[in-house]
Amino acid sequence: MKSQSIGQIALAAAAVAYLIGVYFASSPVWMGFTINALVIAVIAMSWNITGGFGGLSSFGHAALFGTGAYASAVLQVNYGVSAWIGFAAGILAGAAMGAFIGALAFRYGLRGSYFALVTLAFAEVLRICASSFAFTGGGSGLQLKLAPGLANLQFADRTVVYTALLVVVAAVMALTALIKYSRFGAYLIAVRENEDAARALGIDTYRIKVQAMAISGAFGGLAGVLYLQLWLFIDSTVVYGSGISIEALIGPIIGGAGTVWGPLLGTLGLHLLGEGAKHLLPNAPGLNFVLYAVVLICALRFLPQGLVGLAGKIGASKKKKESGDA
Amino acid sequence: MLEVRNLSKSFGGLKAVTDATLDVAEGSIVGLLGPNGAGKTTCFTMIAGFTKPDEGSVRFKGQDITGLAPHRICALGMIRTFQIVQPFAGLTVQENIAVGAYLHHHNRHEAMSVARDVGKRLGMGGMLDRPASSLTIAGRKRLELARALATGAKLLLLDEVMAGLIPSEISEIVGIIRQIRDEGHTFLMIEHVMQAVMSLAETAYVLNQGKMIAHGPPRELVRDPSVVEAYLGHGAATRLQEAHHA
Ligand SMILES: Nc1ncnc2c1ncn2[C@@H]1O[C@H](COP(=O)(O)OP(=O)(O)OP(=O)(O)O)[C@@H](O)[C@H]1O
Ligand SMILES: [Mg+2]
Repeated sequence: MKSQSIGQIALAAAAVAYLIGVYFASSPVWMGFTINALVIAVIAMSWNITGGFGGLSSFGHAALFGTGAYASAVLQVNYGVSAWIGFAAGILAGAAMGAFIGALAFRYGLRGSYFALVTLAFAEVLRICASSFAFTGGGSGLQLKLAPGLANLQFADRTVVYTALLVVVAAVMALTALIKYSRFGAYLIAVRENEDAARALGIDTYRIKVQAMAISGAFGGLAGVLYLQLWLFIDSTVVYGSGISIEALIGPIIGGAGTVWGPLLGTLGLHLLGEGAKHLLPNAPGLNFVLYAVVLICALRFLPQGLVGLAGKIGASKKKKESGDA
Repeated sequence: MLEVRNLSKSFGGLKAVTDATLDVAEGSIVGLLGPNGAGKTTCFTMIAGFTKPDEGSVRFKGQDITGLAPHRICALGMIRTFQIVQPFAGLTVQENIAVGAYLHHHNRHEAMSVARDVGKRLGMGGMLDRPASSLTIAGRKRLELARALATGAKLLLLDEVMAGLIPSEISEIVGIIRQIRDEGHTFLMIEHVMQAVMSLAETAYVLNQGKMIAHGPPRELVRDPSVVEAYLGHGAATRLQEAHHA
């Protein structure tokens, strides 16, 4: 409906150019780095559904990520289930966990920071559970058998992995666009903008929010499964850790929450920044997180609509500019 | 069409509404008057399902809807607007109206085209692409009405849609409401602008300190001593009378 500005098109084009350029960089480091960023971009897209479109800011998206990863790993390691079924199960488990957290939190009318805290608590409880039970591998985690092949969703060739991830990322973005321009998306945005007005207009806001958590959970579970298939190893401190929860929200906020491209742009941008810092100051581990924090604060202060919003101001069509002033 | 019986609601010790009863016939425009803090908005929140009444019942089209959730009541065809306008600030005017239209038009294209039609009918054709946050107060009030109308609801509860408007804007909106009524809608409206109530409403109810103190044609109500006193204070009616004779 709304036309994109030249700035936004340029920003998206730059991201696409970078992603294609990775094929020609003939550097395994670049490709490995971008592969990691793409997995994180998927959990960022998961957060974007609830946090971006629905204004339901979660601080515990690791709960969804970890549940997807563990569901698939437990099935594969303990029950010898195929990686493909594990893949589907991980997505479903993520969706179920999202719906469960949402149903519980929204039943009691939690919103804002209360909702954020409850999601954080869920991720922590799940992390402790996963590190305590034998079937989740306890403190030592779960390891998949190395067995490259399409049947096992493991690929020795990095280029194949990269291409597969690009396809997944494109698919998740396409789904996000579908959601954004659907009735459900309009209702979710209405809930974000004004819940009382939404209720008056016939929207079952509880149901919309729980559905959003389920969709977000499916994307989050997917990200977890991708992580598992990539590393063939998970443990609770990583997949249920707050690092994942933070990465899930920081990318969309910097890229542009509630936009289709924001999570990808924000995540890529941040990871490039972090990587660059690592090369400049190799003896300062954790520097990238300090940088993230600085960028996040600046984004919250100066870029309320993130990179996409900023780019939207560049070369916007006249009609849009008039309306954009206010 | 709407039968409200003996509604009561207290907030802590404060009795906001006591034993309020009113009827709205299909196709009519009914006013709900009363001084500030009389309990008018509280009546609306109870009728539209936003708060459960402590006592009493609400029937809409013959069906008991007391305590039903707002979205169910809206789906049945009754909707309220807000005294303090509640636009979806990040969306355009057309997208705002479309949120209402989605209730019965699940497809985006249809909902957006219904939204355009409704917007044009309410004289908002020129501002459909503007963000709702850029509207003036008159525009926002109109947007409340447009969004409500787009849901296809037949009974509209309007909470002070004319407050804060200048006279020319008021007469425009009066014309619009009359036109919408003639197209088959029914209105229950809270309104302080007496000129508008006089020209639109066939009957009106007066609420004071949570109690219904009078109802009838607006022209008679303004001469009713109990109504005058509710607005101007005890003894005001006789003082006015004396002043009039002197
Ligand atoms: N949620 C609430 N909690 C506590 N008190 C409330 C609440 N809502 C309304 N009240 C009180 O109930 C009384 C009636 O309020 P209400 O808003 O219904 O009045 P009103 O007739 O709409 O007034 P106005 O003309 O100023 O809009 C007021 O004294 C108000 O302070
Ligand atoms: Mg009021």
